[in-house]
Amino acid sequence: MDFELSEEQVAIRDTIRELVQDKVAPRAAEIDEKAEYPKDIEELFAHNGILGIPFPEEYGGISGSSVTICMGIEEIAKACATSSLILAVQALGSYPILVAGSEEQKKRLCPPLASGEKVAAYALSETGSGSDAAALKTRAKRHGDEYVLNGTKQFITHGSIADTLVVFAQTDPEADHRGISAFVLEREKSPWQATKLEHKLGIRGSPTAQIVFEDVKVPLANRLGEEGAGFKIALAVLDRSRPGIGAQALGIAEGAFDYALNYAKERNQFGQAIANFQGIQFMLADMATQIEASRNLVFRAATKVDAKSPDLTKIAAMAKLFASDMAMRVTTDCVQILGGYGYISDYPVERMMRDAKITQIYEGTNQIQRVVIARSLLR
Amino acid sequence: MDLELAPQHEAFRASVREIAQGVVEPLAADVDRRHRFPEEAVVAAAEAGLMGVLIPRDYGGAGLDALAFTLCIEELAQACASTAVIIDVHTSVGSEPILLFGGEEQKRKWLPRLASGELLGAFALTEPAAGSDAASLKASARRVGGDYVLNGTKVFITNIGRAGLYIVFARTGPDERAAGISAFIVPADSPGLRVGQLFRKMGLKGSPTGELVLEDVKVPVANLLAAEGHGFTVAMRALDAGRIGISGQALGIAQAAVDQARAVLAEKPRQQGDDFALVDMATRVESARLLAYHAAWLCSAGRPFTRPASMAKLHCTDTAMDVAIDALQLAGEEGIIAGSPFERHLRDAKALQIYEGSNQVQRHVIARDLLKYG
Repeated sequence: MDFELSEEQVAIRDTIRELVQDKVAPRAAEIDEKAEYPKDIEELFAHNGILGIPFPEEYGGISGSSVTICMGIEEIAKACATSSLILAVQALGSYPILVAGSEEQKKRLCPPLASGEKVAAYALSETGSGSDAAALKTRAKRHGDEYVLNGTKQFITHGSIADTLVVFAQTDPEADHRGISAFVLEREKSPWQATKLEHKLGIRGSPTAQIVFEDVKVPLANRLGEEGAGFKIALAVLDRSRPGIGAQALGIAEGAFDYALNYAKERNQFGQAIANFQGIQFMLADMATQIEASRNLVFRAATKVDAKSPDLTKIAAMAKLFASDMAMRVTTDCVQILGGYGYISDYPVERMMRDAKITQIYEGTNQIQRVVIARSLLR
Repeated sequence: MDLELAPQHEAFRASVREIAQGVVEPLAADVDRRHRFPEEAVVAAAEAGLMGVLIPRDYGGAGLDALAFTLCIEELAQACASTAVIIDVHTSVGSEPILLFGGEEQKRKWLPRLASGELLGAFALTEPAAGSDAASLKASARRVGGDYVLNGTKVFITNIGRAGLYIVFARTGPDERAAGISAFIVPADSPGLRVGQLFRKMGLKGSPTGELVLEDVKVPVANLLAAEGHGFTVAMRALDAGRIGISGQALGIAQAAVDQARAVLAEKPRQQGDDFALVDMATRVESARLLAYHAAWLCSAGRPFTRPASMAKLHCTDTAMDVAIDALQLAGEEGIIAGSPFERHLRDAKALQIYEGSNQVQRHVIARDLLKYG
């Protein structure tokens, strides 16, 4: 066992930490209030190589390690959950290519994503198929050397701003989930429309779009894997992306906790700092312990991604489930510690509490995580 | 970063598991029901070298690290929580103070006998009026010539009556708090040392707990552990490491409860509510396990581990209790019948939230550290 990050990972973490402190943290409240995509932060991450973390060097990236991705997402999420999605969704939208793409596809599609010249997104959910992803209806029909896509996707993070979109569509509706295939859409060749942007409780700067495909043409060369392999690819991707959502939840909780801890030391009531009261101390101790327990589980899942372990599915789901439930409880308690000040937007913890909620819902609701874990426990 | 056990740790775990499941587990229900010391289990553990896991080979032990020790206690507790705490207390707080603070002569004299299991170790810190507030203890040690003369009453002493030696904490100096406390190696056959009341407990019934009475017990100066006045440091360091062992014990109980609940569910028609309860139990145990291993890994690496050990003890033991309750709920009527492993786990788990520093003390330790260092 070795709980330490490598020297290279520590160097990457320190770079991210500094950028986040200087450039991201001061913008976080404004990003949330205006609900505007922080293009400046995306550019900052692109310039500093952060968007190259999900990719191995041979495809223009700097790492490709899930541990490094999770570490990066965690660091950014401490200050701004919206900004952490810039890295998390770049990874999510690229995993299908890295997991199922041919060498030619990886060499062609990954370098502009790794450099940050292009932004990726991932389109699986539909209005009628959320947790039941296999019920998706978007249709892809083959005509010669291309496919024609028709359908609507729902809740697509970065769907409106992405340049590269991985779409799951039915190529053989008779075959149910075995008829689902995965495609990479490049906006300039296969333009899609974002018809609606959602107004949300949290991660408000991250655009969540409804996407419509009307006879969108996709070249055969952009199909990932075989026809019918799409559902398997989607599940393999979720195994890899769930630790990242665990890391996001972890970061949000840590950001809120650090704020509440300092606040408790400085806030005076009854003639002393509220941190002197045992009731507050025990809340702090419980939160810190739950955060540590989550961190270990998240990074254990990440190491399992990197090692391609057979029990990845179970541990990745556990990490996402435990860390996101923890983040919701911890951020709620942090608001409690700040009292009235915690409830107002002059202080960051109410934003963090709102941001935490989505981590229990997306990338598979926590009920779906429990189904996944139960399946492996009771097999 | 590598969060999997190394092959040598996996192999060691497998060897402990063989004894735990082969010898210890079949005794567990009887040990609990009859309130009896699991003699055969302790003998088997001694024969397998499990009484000296942390003691270096030079002194007759296995020379393994804190992580191996955690795995050992985890595997034993999965079979029988009473056996696990007997060996845990012997190994950590009952032997480790000599290993960490003893002089060469003390180590040569006592460690081989502890490692072989000839002597069972015990730790005598708590007193009727000094529980969580250990620094307020009253037992006295008065220097008379080449001896110290010890007087006082210790309570809640694990391995009472079975131990061959007790690490006893008593007051030597005028200071009324921590600085006046010293630690002594006190052989069980010292005249004036006797077992007082034996406690009947709700759980861990195979592990004897009771009062240790010291009446003018003469202990040679050679048995003073560390310098006079350093006893409290010895106690706190021993407890830090002891908390890792208790975390392992909690993990073992929790894992047994999860596995047995899973076996019960596998026989019934699947219900999503039951499945989800099992998932939450298993997920918590996974999170707790890594917290314990992290603390053990830090300890093995010689790094500071007080806060991680307290976090591990708190989270692992709270998890064991919650999981034991939920497992019994899933088992239903079968679980509540006396002698079922479900009700035993529940009774056993409760002690873990209380001893080796109650979970309130752990929260206090963690909070103090957080407020000091962030």
